[in-house]
Amino acid sequence: MIQINQLSKKYKGAEFFSVKDLSLKVEPGEIYGLLGPNGAGKTTLISMLTSLLKPTSGSFTINGLNFKDNKNQLKQLIGIVPQEYALYPTLTAFENLQYFGSMYGIKGETLKKSICEHLEIMGLSKFSDKKTATFSGGMKRRVNLIAGILHQPKVLFLDEPTVGVDVQSKNVIIDHLKLLNKQGATIIYTSHHLNEAEVFCTHVAIIDNGEIIIKGIPSELIKNQTGANNLEDVFLVQTGKGLRDYA
Amino acid sequence: MYFWYKPGKGFVIMHKLWASTYKEMILLTRDLGGIAILFIMPLLLLIVITLVQDSTFKTISDVRIPVLLVDNDQGEVSKNIIENLAESNSFEILLKNTEEEAKDAVFAGKYQLAIVIPENLSTSLQKKVNQNVGGILAKFGLEEDSLITPKETIPQKEVRLYFDPATQVSFKSSVKNGIDKMISKIETQSIYKTFQTELGEETEPIFDTENFIAFKEIRPTKGNKEIIPNSAQHNIPAWTLFAIFFIIVPLSINLVKEKNQGTFVRLRTTPVNYATVLGGKTLVYLVVCLIQFTLMLLVGIYLFPAIGLPGLDVSGKLAMLYLVALFSGLAAIGLGLLLGTIAETQEQAAPFGSTLVVILAALGGVWVPVFVMPKFMQLISKISPMNWGLEAFYDVFLRNMQFAEILPRILLLLLFFLTTTIIAIIYNQRKNAV
Repeated sequence: MIQINQLSKKYKGAEFFSVKDLSLKVEPGEIYGLLGPNGAGKTTLISMLTSLLKPTSGSFTINGLNFKDNKNQLKQLIGIVPQEYALYPTLTAFENLQYFGSMYGIKGETLKKSICEHLEIMGLSKFSDKKTATFSGGMKRRVNLIAGILHQPKVLFLDEPTVGVDVQSKNVIIDHLKLLNKQGATIIYTSHHLNEAEVFCTHVAIIDNGEIIIKGIPSELIKNQTGANNLEDVFLVQTGKGLRDYA
Repeated sequence: MYFWYKPGKGFVIMHKLWASTYKEMILLTRDLGGIAILFIMPLLLLIVITLVQDSTFKTISDVRIPVLLVDNDQGEVSKNIIENLAESNSFEILLKNTEEEAKDAVFAGKYQLAIVIPENLSTSLQKKVNQNVGGILAKFGLEEDSLITPKETIPQKEVRLYFDPATQVSFKSSVKNGIDKMISKIETQSIYKTFQTELGEETEPIFDTENFIAFKEIRPTKGNKEIIPNSAQHNIPAWTLFAIFFIIVPLSINLVKEKNQGTFVRLRTTPVNYATVLGGKTLVYLVVCLIQFTLMLLVGIYLFPAIGLPGLDVSGKLAMLYLVALFSGLAAIGLGLLLGTIAETQEQAAPFGSTLVVILAALGGVWVPVFVMPKFMQLISKISPMNWGLEAFYDVFLRNMQFAEILPRILLLLLFFLTTTIIAIIYNQRKNAV
């Protein structure tokens, strides 16, 4: 489904590569977690895979297609849930979703039905006509997710979809993502919540300094790491305990 | 590749364009304060400027300006000057005793003008005229004894003018011209009078001292009716255009906001092209421009006469006026789209946009007519879209031109919109190329 070949990104003026010679294969139906400390290169990698950032070198294909030759076809195939709330604060939840859904070519009753269904699943039906500026962080996060999945993408990229939300919102989001995965969506997901990733992901890759340092099925990674009881133990052994502050 | 029509999906781009337009419309209507500023401020600007300009006009024509006058001559000429100034209905003469006193009052800003008539002006002028007339008569052998005087050097006399340093150049020029004309007339009349005396005709005037050459302004006509321009027809096009171009500021801020709030990032991941996104903004802001224009016209037609200003006559010109407003709006929107695409922050977009509009207005002839600008600036003004718009409005309002005659300016405005929009699209494409 996704084939990444020696993908690199070095920002203009930067000393180091944010992503360096990264190769990865994601099979259809997998939920692939990209884990790593701050500044590891997770968001940069997702930005390249979603056409937001130009790679310095390397290549990748999604479903055998690349952005250079099949831009609109690929954009229709993938869904993106960015880390920031990418919503118009003065539009209602429904209006936001109606607009973003329209940009995928969905219209009329189909769009309206899809929006209502998703709002219902996410527990936001009664807030559909409220401006998103008045929403809590968890509510905005859920609308943000719906905006990325309205067009039923085959591949879904999620950049920290549960950051800064309460447990209830997190559960709703994760449950819905599991449902989408069951319906056939391949999911690429970044997170700092390692416990969440451990139970949610079928596969994970731990990234540090722009490179994959370990990858595999979470349970196997835990089993193979001496003294590790969970994914967090594996993560700390692999990436160290030093702080990763950067500016 | 997306086409206008996609089998099974219909008119995809049209649907996206409509969705973008609808979204922009809602965003705009939710910002009531913003709408009020968009519509009320230009109207306020138009009313204030027209009132100010109208009162300035009245200052010159209807209202008498107090002028200090120091009469050191106390003769026939100074009497003539004072009478002429009083008759002009423009000045109220206030006599002062000394030049110093008058100068101090004017330089302190208490009065706008002081006129100082030099000592012995009448005597010197008469001597000079006698000398010249005597010289001429001698050539014809008609000279009488009374005028045979030895050739004396008569020093030139100067009437001194003191202006308040804050007085505008245009006012100074018109006053100087007026006084110059008046003095010339007095000199000419003295010469005629002297000739008459020397020729022995004391009772019946033998010279007609009235101007022989007169001038008449021929104005454009519509049918048999003469088009008489008024300040409303000058001000409304100029300041409407100024307001229309100010759309650059909210439009560029709108685009920058999209980038800052993350919605533009999401849009970049959707299968919609940048031209469609800009298309939605263009349509909504174009409607805003046309509403602005309509309000300006309504103010000119109905409010101006009610507050004592000259009313706006749009009869038979409405369609052409809207055409000019439409394309001027497009030119302004093109510039706003380009600025919003390039600017990274609102702090860049807002001050740059507003300053740019002021510069374009200055270049376009909104404040100072292009023909009085230096040659170099006149050339630059030819590439200002505000100049094309303003001239097109004047063509319709004041020069009674038809569609074919304003078409070149309309095409320039359209070309400007297309160029700026295409540059914005290419810039965005290059910046976000993957």
